[in-house]
Amino acid sequence: MFRTKNLFSVLLAALATLLAAAPIAARADIVVNVDQGVTQPLPIAIPAFGGSSVGGQVSQVVTADLQRSGLFRPLDPNTFVQKRIDVNLQPQFDQWKQISAQALVTGQVTNDGDGRLRVDFRLWDVYAGEQLLGLQFTTTPENWRRLAHKIADAVYEKLTGEKGYFDTRVVFVAESGTKAKRIRRLAIMDQDGANPSYLTDGSYMVFTPRFSSNSQEITFMALRPTGASIYLLNIETGRQEALGHYPGMVFAPRFSPDGRKVAFSVEKAGNSDIYVMDLGSHATSRVTTDPAIDTSPSFSPDGSQMVFNSDRSGSPQIYVMNADGSGAHRISGGGGRYTAPVWSPDGKLIAFTKQEGGQFHIGVMNADGSGERILTSSYLDEGPTWAPNSRVIMFFRDSAGGGPRLWTVDVTGRVTAQAPYPLSASDPAWSPLLN
Amino acid sequence: MTHPFGPATRLALVVLAAASLAACASTKPAGPVAPRGPAEPEAPYRPPSQPGPVTQEQAPGVTPGSVQDFVINAGELVYFDLDSYTLRADAKPVLDAQANWLRRWSAVRVRIEGNCDERGTREYNFALGARRSNAVKEYLVSRGIPASRIDTISYGKERPLDPGSNEEAWARNRNARTAITEGAR
Repeated sequence: MFRTKNLFSVLLAALATLLAAAPIAARADIVVNVDQGVTQPLPIAIPAFGGSSVGGQVSQVVTADLQRSGLFRPLDPNTFVQKRIDVNLQPQFDQWKQISAQALVTGQVTNDGDGRLRVDFRLWDVYAGEQLLGLQFTTTPENWRRLAHKIADAVYEKLTGEKGYFDTRVVFVAESGTKAKRIRRLAIMDQDGANPSYLTDGSYMVFTPRFSSNSQEITFMALRPTGASIYLLNIETGRQEALGHYPGMVFAPRFSPDGRKVAFSVEKAGNSDIYVMDLGSHATSRVTTDPAIDTSPSFSPDGSQMVFNSDRSGSPQIYVMNADGSGAHRISGGGGRYTAPVWSPDGKLIAFTKQEGGQFHIGVMNADGSGERILTSSYLDEGPTWAPNSRVIMFFRDSAGGGPRLWTVDVTGRVTAQAPYPLSASDPAWSPLLN
Repeated sequence: MTHPFGPATRLALVVLAAASLAACASTKPAGPVAPRGPAEPEAPYRPPSQPGPVTQEQAPGVTPGSVQDFVINAGELVYFDLDSYTLRADAKPVLDAQANWLRRWSAVRVRIEGNCDERGTREYNFALGARRSNAVKEYLVSRGIPASRIDTISYGKERPLDPGSNEEAWARNRNARTAITEGAR
């Protein structure tokens, strides 16, 4: 049943070396402003990469990544005067200006003598007529998609000033069967939907997986008629370990940023509180003691605080406390019911699910509770997870009587799209950038 | 997991079978009387055939102490108001009946499953469902059922009784179900 995907078993050697031949741009004239959202995505030309037959596939994956971000508008290759560009020659910029391309990506894929795949690529500012980036990556041939994602990340970073998020994976719950007897399997895929595989066999229900900071381990909740459990699963080795045994419910496990602890909820006599377990010693300490529901913890990136969900005020709201449980205070202020808070990787924002007016919403607020913005709205939008660059949120959306699907929204709320996974799925969790 | 409607459906089948048996046994209307013809020669005497063996079977119905008995005569479900785990007035007669039944059948163990409607988020609903199952457990304990005979679990919104997406379905899905796990007849 369990099959380790080759992504991790084969080490990707990403030798990013500046190509010496081309001049290095001191500045970029073209800048994509991610803060404003993008009303006019940047027109970018990505001709099919030359060299090996894989070249065309690599440039297609780069194109799809950049397009899905909503920040770029890859131009139709049929409009290109030159279909294939030698990566080592200066482009004829006038040709690209004619089709209003502002940026141009050229590349070439070759098979190295030792059986490895090598890609050279350059990013050009068409109007300034200069190279912005020239990089070379090598990897094993089966890892060509990761190579493409790394190129997309490099282009994204150069043009937006923000880290990319394309060389990442998503762990989620694949759903099938009727509503009353839903089958739930832990599953994993690349962020663009490629290489999906199952991690559990569906003989028991699974929920709310989360990646550790090193992307090798997942923590998740399992629910059987005999009770609930939380697990650690090493996705490279397949080793699975129960984190303690609890007579009541145990749920909502989350790694600390250093991966050494897991916070989760334990229910005793109907009361759910947040606990933290040290993964080395399995020593467990109770962090909240309120008789209300305390659940859905999420550490701040520096590990010093946790945001969590509590109904101690009478309805579910969002609170922040120090990691030891002291200093808890409410940060959600508006009307409605707030649940499932998640701290952004850059520490600035809290994403959440909000229920108001018969609809569910994904929203964000500053870590102090100010500046709330609602990004989505539907019958059920739930369970936000952050891309590692804190710019995109994945969540799941369900319609009355439908089935859940994975969706993404950018943090400005302008670009909402169904994630590239065509089947019923919920509880997505985005990995950090892969190494 | 036993489907909550399983035993009820089986009961309905038993009742139907009994009804059709009754129909077969009923007296048929008398046919027309034929004019008496010439006397037929009397058939030679034959001893009456031996009666077949009579097997004694349980009368169709509910076995006392069975899961079916519990579901029909005590009731397995109690319902809750929106985002509430307070036992409603209409839950108490059901839970009193559950407690009486469980006192009589002292080998029975139960698992109380807390359920929520789909108009909440996953983890909050696990916590809310746990409150509901615990509220039922506490009530049964207060009626003399040892806590050691009662397990609780929360299915949150993950095992809806009614797959619908409307007020009626949501109301049905806000429940706690007392499921017998062992000791039934």
